[in-house]
Amino acid sequence: MSSAVVEALPEEHREPVVKARYEHPLVVRICHWLNAISLFVMAGSGLQIFRAFPSFGAKIPQKDLLNWPRSFAIGGWLGGALQWHLTFMWIYMGTGLVYVGYEIFSGNYRQVLFTTRDVRGVWPMIRHYFFFGPKPQQHEVYNPLQKQAYTTAIVLGLLSVLTGFAVWKPVQFSWLAWLMGGFHWARLWHFVVMWAILAFVCGHLVMVILHGWNNFISMLTGWKKDPEY
Amino acid sequence: MESNGRKPEPNQGSNAKPESTVPAGQAASDAEQTTMPRNAATAAESRPPVSNEVAEKRVEPLTVEPGISRRKLAQVSRRELLKVAPVLALGAFVIPGAQEWLLKKGLGFSDWASARMFRSGHLAQTFSDSELTPFNNFPINDYDVDDPGVIFENWTLTVTGLAQKPGDYTLARIQQLPLQRQNTRHICVEGWDVIGRFGGTRLSNFLKMIGADTTANYVTVACADDYYESLDMATALHPQTLLCWEMYDQPLTREHGAPLRLQIPTKIGYKQAKYLTDLKVTNVLDGKVGYWEDQGYSYFYGL
Repeated sequence: MSSAVVEALPEEHREPVVKARYEHPLVVRICHWLNAISLFVMAGSGLQIFRAFPSFGAKIPQKDLLNWPRSFAIGGWLGGALQWHLTFMWIYMGTGLVYVGYEIFSGNYRQVLFTTRDVRGVWPMIRHYFFFGPKPQQHEVYNPLQKQAYTTAIVLGLLSVLTGFAVWKPVQFSWLAWLMGGFHWARLWHFVVMWAILAFVCGHLVMVILHGWNNFISMLTGWKKDPEY
Repeated sequence: MESNGRKPEPNQGSNAKPESTVPAGQAASDAEQTTMPRNAATAAESRPPVSNEVAEKRVEPLTVEPGISRRKLAQVSRRELLKVAPVLALGAFVIPGAQEWLLKKGLGFSDWASARMFRSGHLAQTFSDSELTPFNNFPINDYDVDDPGVIFENWTLTVTGLAQKPGDYTLARIQQLPLQRQNTRHICVEGWDVIGRFGGTRLSNFLKMIGADTTANYVTVACADDYYESLDMATALHPQTLLCWEMYDQPLTREHGAPLRLQIPTKIGYKQAKYLTDLKVTNVLDGKVGYWEDQGYSYFYGL
């Protein structure tokens, strides 16, 4: 194309034009990455803490459940791991509060929260993802299965905090510990919730890889180029 | 799909969709559109484009910037990326010197919050005798030796600091104070827990006996095995905080801390020092907080 033709075009068409959408507000992006880092630290230090007594039975006789390798843990020793855990839990909880507060007050929760309206869309998405079914037409930023996954992740985040308090303060929050069957069981639930969150993270990372660069970068810049919907 | 949903094309209004012409009564039977019929009915009479806009929004709420130039997108993307950069501040946690300082601050904040969460009138759960961990399964934990070789005949608890009656207190004298027995949960920082039966007198009774200044900040103890600990005064005065000389209704055995130990159901295990030899009431800790605390454990660790 000669430069004369370019000059003749209206201004907005002089340059190559792309489709893009501002998908993730700044608060959500910041919370996402703070949460990613704090989750990493909480799981890593939590597993180091677990190494001190890798069991959910009695101390005498002690039957170890799993010997988690030190190299996949954070803190080096029990005291160090507790420092990481008791520091990053405030970042983790603060991030969660800011995120949930923002979602509620901005109305952004509508695009994330899984509701009864989304139920009928779940099966077609499962068919598409796992059984090579046709891709259902998408009317929202997140499909029903995504909403279900994100909503579950938020609930798991809340549960990790509640079970965590029952383990950390079983006397002051005796009602929480009681709900979970006492300190001994609360410790198990805290562990189970961690694995559930890690399972979500694994699925999340697989989907991020499958959906490519534009999708990944949108969680940093907010802008998604060529969105698929 | 990718047209701008906010601006329906003008000629769309004339193409009335089926649902906008359905009479109100019939449409109401459609459970999914409880808010639609009234709008649809009135719109059908006077302003069809409105109903169409409502329907449009419901079906296709997504909007895509129709034509952002590549350069403009790169520009706003860079700007938005920079706004996320503050998250990198967490990178300070991997700088060796800063890491130590930050984690100390974080732990300190947790201790501060713990002290605020502590309720002096709130009791730890107590258990029935049938729920007790058998005595032989009650773990013996110490940092050095099971038995530091205390000579019971010569043993006294030496009281110093902010007390009106400092000096050496024999076990017989301490045991004159009211006996309290309780079945409570003992939780180790490692994660295990047992339910034990403990007997002794409230530390608050002893503090009264020695004329302690209970407005002071701390009660500190030293032990026969060079272990040492410190307690905030609120916990020291808690009704379940015991100077303990009995376990399972028997005199304390050597490996469990004979002749006298602390038993505190509102604290983690390492705060509950064994083989006590000295007790001090004080406002300052002089850099010595506790054996484990001085290696990086939480100072307060209230349960």
